[in-house]
Amino acid sequence: MSGMDEIRQTFFEECAEQLEELEQGLLAMQNGESDSETVHAVFRAVHSIKGGAGAFHLTELVGFAHTFENVLDLVRSDKLAPTPEVLAVLLRSADVLIDLVELARNEEPVDPSSYADVAQALDGLRGVGPGVVALPEDEDDDGMGDLNFTPVQVSLDDLMGGDDEGGANVFHIAFKPLPALYANANESMRLIREVIALGNADVRCDLSAVPDLDRIDPEGAYLSWNIRLETNSPRSAIEEIFEFVEGDCELTIEDEAAEGDRGEPGLAGEDLDNNVASLLAMLNLGEPATEEAPDDDDPGDGSTIVSSSEDAIESEPAPVAAEPVKAAPAKTASIAETKTFEEPAEPAELADTANEPAAASGEAKRSNAPASTSIRVDLERVDRLIDLVGELVIHQVMLSQRAQQAGLAPGSELTLGLEDLEQLTRQLQDSVMAIRAQSVKSVFQKLPRLVREVCSATGKTVRLVTEGEYTEVDKTVIERLSDPLTHMIRNAIDHGIEAPEDRIAAGKKPEGTICVSAAHRSGRIAIEISDDGAGINRERVFDIAVKKGLVPAGVNLTDEEIDNLIFRPGFSTKEEASELSGRGVGMDVVKQSIQSLGGRVSIASQPGQGSKFTLSLPLTLAVLDGMIVSAGDNTLVLPLTAVLETLKPNTSDVKNFCNETNLIRLRDQFLPVIDVARCLGFRSEQKEPSEGVTVLVESENGTRQALLVDAIQGQRQVVIKSLETNYGRVDGVSAATILGDGRVALILDVDALTASGRAEGGPPKEIMSIAAE
Amino acid sequence: MSNTVSKDSGEKRELISFRMAKQEFCIDIRTVREIRGYTAATPLPKTPEYIVGVINLRGTVLPVIDLGLRMGLKAIEPTARSVIIVVKLGQQLFGLLVDAVSDILGVTEDMIQPNPDLNNERARSFVSGMMTIDDRMIAIIEAASIHPQRMDIAA
Repeated sequence: MSGMDEIRQTFFEECAEQLEELEQGLLAMQNGESDSETVHAVFRAVHSIKGGAGAFHLTELVGFAHTFENVLDLVRSDKLAPTPEVLAVLLRSADVLIDLVELARNEEPVDPSSYADVAQALDGLRGVGPGVVALPEDEDDDGMGDLNFTPVQVSLDDLMGGDDEGGANVFHIAFKPLPALYANANESMRLIREVIALGNADVRCDLSAVPDLDRIDPEGAYLSWNIRLETNSPRSAIEEIFEFVEGDCELTIEDEAAEGDRGEPGLAGEDLDNNVASLLAMLNLGEPATEEAPDDDDPGDGSTIVSSSEDAIESEPAPVAAEPVKAAPAKTASIAETKTFEEPAEPAELADTANEPAAASGEAKRSNAPASTSIRVDLERVDRLIDLVGELVIHQVMLSQRAQQAGLAPGSELTLGLEDLEQLTRQLQDSVMAIRAQSVKSVFQKLPRLVREVCSATGKTVRLVTEGEYTEVDKTVIERLSDPLTHMIRNAIDHGIEAPEDRIAAGKKPEGTICVSAAHRSGRIAIEISDDGAGINRERVFDIAVKKGLVPAGVNLTDEEIDNLIFRPGFSTKEEASELSGRGVGMDVVKQSIQSLGGRVSIASQPGQGSKFTLSLPLTLAVLDGMIVSAGDNTLVLPLTAVLETLKPNTSDVKNFCNETNLIRLRDQFLPVIDVARCLGFRSEQKEPSEGVTVLVESENGTRQALLVDAIQGQRQVVIKSLETNYGRVDGVSAATILGDGRVALILDVDALTASGRAEGGPPKEIMSIAAE
Repeated sequence: MSNTVSKDSGEKRELISFRMAKQEFCIDIRTVREIRGYTAATPLPKTPEYIVGVINLRGTVLPVIDLGLRMGLKAIEPTARSVIIVVKLGQQLFGLLVDAVSDILGVTEDMIQPNPDLNNERARSFVSGMMTIDDRMIAIIEAASIHPQRMDIAA
C-alpha cells in the first residue's frame, strides 16, 4: 500500500511539473513566442498527465485531459491556429486541469458540471479545425518539416502529406547484435525502430543463426537484421543511432548510391501480418530456422520482413512493443531521439521529436535536464545539514577568537590554516543555504491564473508582466510569500486598475498592466508590484481613515503618511467589501505577514499613473542580520530590519515625562525611550539616556520607538536558534543565537519589547501612534 | 518494606546521585544525556527565578534550571565543582544545575520507599521516592516534573 502511495505521490509531483510546463507554454504562445517546440511541450504535458491519471483510474481527469489533448493536437498539427480566442480557451482548460489534479490529489469528488463550459468550448474548437479526427500518428507526416532543409529535393508525396517517406539517400544497414549488446540492456528493436523513424525502411530479420531450442543460450544473440533505408538524413544520423552499441554489434552501413543496388526494396506482395506473426512465433518459441546461414544480401527462407509500418510494430506483443508507441516516425535523427530511448516511461517523447535539427537539439537539452540536474531530497535532511553547518560556523568563529586570544602571530601556519577554514566554512554555509533556495517562479507562475480570475470577476482587462522569476530565495520565504502577493495583486486589479471605459477616458490603453518583478538587492530580495492604474486616492483614503477613527480629523499628514494609512488595521477603501479583495483582511495583513518574515513593505503612488508596492525580504530565515548591542552586562541582538537609525542623544533632547518615561526629541517628534536592560529586568534603575546609545526602531505596526542600550558592538550575521525547542516562548525575545565566544545571545523581539515598554507607563497609545506616523 | 511496583521487583534501576543544599538526591540515569561542568549562562528575561538562563551545548540552546531554587531550597552558588546535568525528556533537553555529582547507584525497587512524608510541600511534588543507602538518605527526583513548560502543559 505504501508503495502505491509512493507512486501516487510521484505522479502528483510530476503532474505539478507538467502543469507548470503547460501553463508556461500556453503563456509563451499567448505572447507570440510559440514555436513548434512550445506547442509540443504543451501537448506532451497534457498527454503525460492523461497517461498517469489513467493508471490511477482518475476517470474525469483522463476524460478532460483527452479532450484537451485532442484540441492541442489540432494546434500542433497546424489545423487550428492559436488565435487569442483559442488560447483563452486553452488557458482556461489548463486551469480546469490544475483543479482536477488538485481534487484527485486530495481524493475529493469531481463535479463535472463545474467545468462543463470549458469542456464545451474545447469541443467547439475541435469542430473548428478541418481535420476533426486528427490522430497523433499523422501529425508529423505532413512533410512540412522537410522543406526546411531539403530545398532541392521536394517530393510531391511529402507535400501531400503521404505516408511514403522515401528520401534522397538509400542505405543498406546490416546489423548483427552480439550478446554484449543485450547484456548492456540495449534493445535491438528500439534501435531498429529508430532507423525506421528516419525514413522509409525495409527491415529483414535473419533467423538463420537461431539454433535448436535445446541448444539455445538464453543470453545469446542469434538474430541479425538487414535494413534498406530510404531517407533524407545523412549517414551520420544512422551512425548516431548505433553510437551507444558500438562494439556490441557488427554493423555495416553502405550507401546504395555508392555501392549500387543491392537489396530488394519493397517486397510489396508480402503479407506483413503473416510475416510478423511467424517472426513472433519464432521469437517466442525459439523455433529453430531450418536453413543454413545465408549471406547478408540474400533474405533466404528463414528471413522475415518487418516493414516500417507502425501497425506492424504496434501489433507485435514483444516486450519492446508493449510500450505504446504513439510516435510517428520523424525524419531527422537527433541525440534527442537516442536519449528518449533511455526514458521508456515517456512514450510521448517519441512523438514529439521535432523535425528541424535546431528544435531537435533543443529537445535534447530539455529532455536531459530533469534527469541530470535535480534530485528530490527530504526537507528534513536539508534542514539538519543547515543546522550542522550553522554549528560549524559558530565553532569556527570560536576557534579563530581563541587563536587570537592565545596570541598567535598573524602569519603563523595555524592562523593561516584558520583563515582557510573560515573561507571554507563561509562557502559551505552559502552552498548549503543555496540548497533551500528556490526561484520565485513557483509563486509567480500562479499569478497569471489569479489575474485571469480577478479580471473576469471585475470585468477589467489586465496584462501581467513578470520579471526576474529566477531570483532565488529561501523555501520558507517562498511559501509564505504567496498569500501576501496574491492579496496585493487582487488589490491592484480591484482597486488600482480602472475599468476599461475609465481608462479610455483618462487617455490610457483600455488594458491595464501589472508588473511583478523580483531582484536581489543588497543581500535581500526586492519584489515590486506596480500597476498603471489610478494610484491612491489620498483624499478618500484620508476621509476613510478619519471616519474609521484611525486618525483625528484635521491632522496634517504628508502624502507618504496617507499612503501608509492603507496598511493600518481596520482600513478598507471599498465602501462595500468586494468579493475579491474585501474579505475582512486588508493591507495590514499583508504588511504583518511580510514583517513576520523579517521584511518590509513600502509604497509609492502617483495619482493617475499607478502605484508601486515594494517588498523587501530576507533571503533566508536561518540567519539574520543583526546589530550586536550590550545592555546591562548582556549581549543582545537587534534585527537589523527593525533598525532605522542610531544616535547618541544629547541631554537636552531627552525630556522626562510623568517621572517615568523618557522622551527623546528627534526632528520635532517625541519618541519614547525604552531602556532595554530595564525592560528585560537586567537592571532595576533607569539608565540616563545620555550615557548610552539609542537605536531608533520601527515595530511591525509602524510605530517608532527609541531603544536605549549601553553600547553598540557591531553588525553581524547570526544563526537563528529557537528558544522554543527546549524551553518555550520568552517575552521580548524572538530567538537566540550563539556568538563567536560560544555564549548564547538573545535576539530581541522589537515588537514585543516596544509593546511592553508602552504597557509600563508610556504615553497613551493613540497619541504615540499619530506622532510616530 | 512492601513492593508497590511489583513488575520491577528485583530489577536493578540505575540512578545518578548528586548533592545540593547539603542533601543528597538522585535521578534516573535513563533521562540523563550527559553531565558537564558549569559555564556561565545567559539570563533569560521575565522568567521564573529558578531559570538560570541558557547555555550553548554544542550549538543547542539549552535552558538551565537551578534545581535548588526550583525545589524551594536555597539557590545554588556556582563553584568549580558545580555541574549541569543535561536531561532529555521526549524531544526536549534541559540542564539541572546542582552542587556536585557523587555516584551512580544501582537499586532495586524494594529499596525505594514510594511515598515520602516530606514537610516541604513544593519539594515533595518533585520527589517520587526515598531510600537509604549506607545511612545516607537519598530522594529520587522525577525529571518530568521539573521543566516549567512541561508543568504548564500538564496543568
